Amino acid sequence: MSYLFAAYAVFWTLTFAFVFSISSRQRRLEKEIESLQRALEAERQHVSE
Amino acid sequence: MNRGLRWRDLLNVLSGVMMIAALYLVFLYAPREATMGDVQRIFYFHVASAWVGFFAFFVTLLAGIGYLRTRTRASDIVGLSSAEIGVTFTAMAVISGSIWAKPTWNAWWPWLQEPRLILVTILLLIYLAYFMLRAFLEDEEQKARFAAVYGIVAFAGVPVTFMSIHWWQRLHPIVFEKQGAGLTQPMLGTFMFCLLTFTVLYFSLLLHRSRLASLADEVQELTQRLQTGPGGRK
Repeated sequence: MSYLFAAYAVFWTLTFAFVFSISSRQRRLEKEIESLQRALEAERQHVSE
Repeated sequence: MNRGLRWRDLLNVLSGVMMIAALYLVFLYAPREATMGDVQRIFYFHVASAWVGFFAFFVTLLAGIGYLRTRTRASDIVGLSSAEIGVTFTAMAVISGSIWAKPTWNAWWPWLQEPRLILVTILLLIYLAYFMLRAFLEDEEQKARFAAVYGIVAFAGVPVTFMSIHWWQRLHPIVFEKQGAGLTQPMLGTFMFCLLTFTVLYFSLLLHRSRLASLADEVQELTQRLQTGPGGRK
């Protein structure tokens, strides 16, 4: 029974680790995009003034 | 709401619901195997993981062919994303197989008695080298082209690994033979459902991983625009 538990623990650990890795990288990139867009907008306004 | 988000949401929910149903079938519906006992239940997720691994590498092959024909960034993204999923699920199959081997063959890793263990390890190393190749190349077009060719050639390892248990017939059980599957009807139904569940999970992960690559592209593009400035200055 402990082997069965160990095997399914491996499935869930690796699946969650992979999903967590994707979602954390996505969040970081989305924040980066927001700040870059803000910087671009600020520069555009600066040029038009 | 855009179409990509709807598909991602739909596949997220579907894979979650199917995964719960698969666990129910594996632990409560499928009967206890007479010889191996409960440890046989590892088989359902072990084979499904291996299936997703091999299928993911096949998609990397198709994406590689697609890239060489069209030179589109989307093909390169799909190839990269699928290879990453393939390595994760193949690693899952290898580790769970080793856990199953201990009570069944009395050894964690009897690689001298079972050629598939050697072949699947080589396959993992081949696809890890795919990421190393991408990491070493700086020019984006060259990276995508080399990765596409590598993804096509690397796939040769998949049929060899798959067929190894038929060619050498050592320790690894062969479930599907010409005479049919060596499983009872509830076991076969559970097994097929697990394969379907993992396939849906694969497509869900592929969409998320591909979006990640698209976001990285967007960051690169915005950074370049910011460096160039609105007037096109350097």
